[in-house]
Amino acid sequence: MTEQPIPAGVDPNSVRKVVGVQAPQDVAWRVFTERMGTWWPLATYKIGKANAVDAVIEPRVGGRWYERGDDGSTCDWGRVLSWEPHSRLVLTWDINADWQPDPKLNTEIEVRFIAEGKDRTRVELEHRRLDRFGARRDEMRRIFDTEGDWGRLLESFARSAAAA
Amino acid sequence: MANAELALGALGDPTRRLIFKRLRGGARSVQEIAQGMDVSRPAVSQHLKVLKEAGLVVDRPEGTRRLYSVDARALEALRRWLDGFWNDALVAFKDAAEREATKERKR
Repeated sequence: MTEQPIPAGVDPNSVRKVVGVQAPQDVAWRVFTERMGTWWPLATYKIGKANAVDAVIEPRVGGRWYERGDDGSTCDWGRVLSWEPHSRLVLTWDINADWQPDPKLNTEIEVRFIAEGKDRTRVELEHRRLDRFGARRDEMRRIFDTEGDWGRLLESFARSAAAA
Repeated sequence: MANAELALGALGDPTRRLIFKRLRGGARSVQEIAQGMDVSRPAVSQHLKVLKEAGLVVDRPEGTRRLYSVDARALEALRRWLDGFWNDALVAFKDAAEREATKERKR
């Protein structure tokens, strides 16, 4: 299943996601940037040795983006390239394909917060410059985007079970 | 992650998939599940044991029998695992932002 090629018409160097949030634009921005540690799946998506207890974005261009462990240690994920409160955020993602910090990696994450009325926000996320992962681009793209749909996955399991 | 893989492994067996599908309609006893299936009741019990160990199915006693049903949390964990990193993170963000918005509206 991991050998599936990227479908035609899909940018192999970028992953795009959109989510509709029932919250005003400023609240969506605040929860994303100031309270990342309350929602980021820290149990599974962290890179430090310590148990991660927080994820922090320093609120300025050039600020750090890092996880904080329960022993007080910090581990950099990237840095802030653009800081436009309530509407747009660009971060670098400097974690390589082996899930190690690599300040030179420079893949980019752009997050746009688009108000759709008073209490609704569309959040668009693009993770781009995945070519920076080099030979491991496709592998990483799959991890960021999707592991595959249910049907296909179960079929492949059924096939391997039948072959066993 | 380990749980998702265990669950997928358990669903690799066609009989177990059929049993799992039958439980989508609601809680069932071993007897009800085995009805019309080309599998003995002890075999169904054995499959249910595997599904239970994989975290896909839960059981509870009712009178003299046990009822089996789909564990919704397991499905959620599976879906998250399948959906990939950014979907997973954004779904969690959406929940947090909506909780916060509700809290602030009440103030």
